[in-house]
Amino acid sequence: MNSDTKQALLQKIRDKLGDDLHEVYEEYQYPLLRINRERLHETCRFMKEELHFIYLNDVLGTDRFTSVDRFEVIYHMISLRDQQRFFLKVFVDEEDPVLPTVTDLWTSANWNEREVYDMFGIRFKGHPDLRRIFLPEDFKYFPLRKEFPLLGVPGSLELPSSTPDHD
Amino acid sequence: MPSMELDQNISRKRPTFFPQHQEAIYKSLEDKHATVEVDKSDPLATRMILNMGPQHPATHGVLRVLMELDGETITKCRLDTGYLHRGIEKMAENKTYQEFMPYTDRMDYLSPYSNNVALCLAVERIAKIECPERANYIRMIGCELARISSHLLWLGTMIMDAGAISFFIWTFREREKLYDIFDEVAGHRFTVSHSRIGGINNELTPVAVEKIQKFLREFPKELEGWHKLLDRNRIFVDRNNGVGQIDHENAIASGLAGPSLRATGIAYDVRKFEPYMHYDQIDFEVPTRTEGDNLARYYCRMEEMAESIRIIEQCFKKMPKKGPVRVDDAKKSYPSKDEVYYSMEGLIHDFMMTDTGVCPPAGAEAYHAIEAPKGELGFYIQSDGTGHPWRMKIKSPSFSNLQGLETILDGEMVADTVVIIGGMDPVMGDSDK
Repeated sequence: MNSDTKQALLQKIRDKLGDDLHEVYEEYQYPLLRINRERLHETCRFMKEELHFIYLNDVLGTDRFTSVDRFEVIYHMISLRDQQRFFLKVFVDEEDPVLPTVTDLWTSANWNEREVYDMFGIRFKGHPDLRRIFLPEDFKYFPLRKEFPLLGVPGSLELPSSTPDHD
Repeated sequence: MPSMELDQNISRKRPTFFPQHQEAIYKSLEDKHATVEVDKSDPLATRMILNMGPQHPATHGVLRVLMELDGETITKCRLDTGYLHRGIEKMAENKTYQEFMPYTDRMDYLSPYSNNVALCLAVERIAKIECPERANYIRMIGCELARISSHLLWLGTMIMDAGAISFFIWTFREREKLYDIFDEVAGHRFTVSHSRIGGINNELTPVAVEKIQKFLREFPKELEGWHKLLDRNRIFVDRNNGVGQIDHENAIASGLAGPSLRATGIAYDVRKFEPYMHYDQIDFEVPTRTEGDNLARYYCRMEEMAESIRIIEQCFKKMPKKGPVRVDDAKKSYPSKDEVYYSMEGLIHDFMMTDTGVCPPAGAEAYHAIEAPKGELGFYIQSDGTGHPWRMKIKSPSFSNLQGLETILDGEMVADTVVIIGGMDPVMGDSDK
């Protein structure tokens, strides 16, 4: 983890985004950049094609439980060439939780975006196969939202019948 | 003719359990590579959809594979995961950091020690706690033993999937020795929970050191014997060579992790990439191959076990002979049992640690990854200043590997499915969280 390389990369992103780079958080080892949601796909393409962040490690969602910009989605990417790990963060509204997909850039975003959809109900526009990944489609709640109770909602999932269902 | 009608009735019958889920996954299989054209006029060319799992012994847990077959070739497949989803990320938000640690034992249940250490390192980073040097070395020894234990299970089951049963018994004999070591080190054979935030629970006993040294002496000979038996074994090589192949570009694109990624020629190992604990002071190699098939994964894992032995030997040489194994600061870590039983402050601090625990600053966000046996295992923690994490995201290696498996299985033979799943070594507890 070379900090000169890190600063050089950060400078390139600053030059590229200008005011759309809202916040740079460097308290712990890895930089966390909060950017304008409108420029997410463009920035991801820039990160991948110009800055060589070819390995998307993870996509994760968070519920901030605020009235505006309730959710955030964090993209966790690695540059194997420069040995850097960067985090890119965008805010998502509760009213219209839609983001552009990045599966066209990194195939590996497929399952990670499905997981974010499953847990928070954030939809990804242009995703090739946006289904729930852990929970069945018949489940109507998003369990990692803060209002979802820890013990679950009684009756939300059908239990298998105790008698065999073949005739 | 009546039997034909019956067949049609069966195929038209709607699934009764989770109907929407079943329909969605069949629809998704239909949509995958939608350009493939199938001639429906010839009855012999009819596609067949085969469900494998979730209750299938070769899927190593509860993985469901939905395959569309053309003869014996898989034209496309979909994986259905989540049968072991316990929602541990939700549970983490309602537990203190230390309380959550036993749950990590049950994620990748083949290498619980690494999971404990991964959680502790992440919490130590976000709460800015320095762990004593000796504790870190003991953790490294535990992690490498866990790696050997996990790879041993992979070796046994993968070769059993390929048809040789006796190997399973031999690797489990070695695993039994590792269980005995963990029993002596941590007090538990399987779910160890030995690590603590700010150190480890207890010092290695002389018996434990003796047992580990004995294992270090004996295990390389076993490994050599297995190499002799397998490396040039015609049946084994034919069964694995060129099976489940993926090139390095696709491996990076589909986000493979750990030995599966290294078998394609990408030397990405977190121990070298950003050394944690004291891996920067240890001399070891990262085994890589370039073929990217099942045989390459076999060689990578076998060499990793030999490297782990080297690492443990060096750890014993380099670790300080004496010293604390836990931070001596009651605001950051549990006090020792002596203090708890014989002083009032110790008792209060023990209560505070159990009740509230470590409180990282409000608004802090940190990530820490380790190289678990199956790949990069990372914890992303967001804190709101209380003793509970606001959000804890677990980046699990098996999840990434299973996603790659969906790509790898396309175009393979149906009989190779179990070998490929065995070679990728997914653990559903890790993937489904």
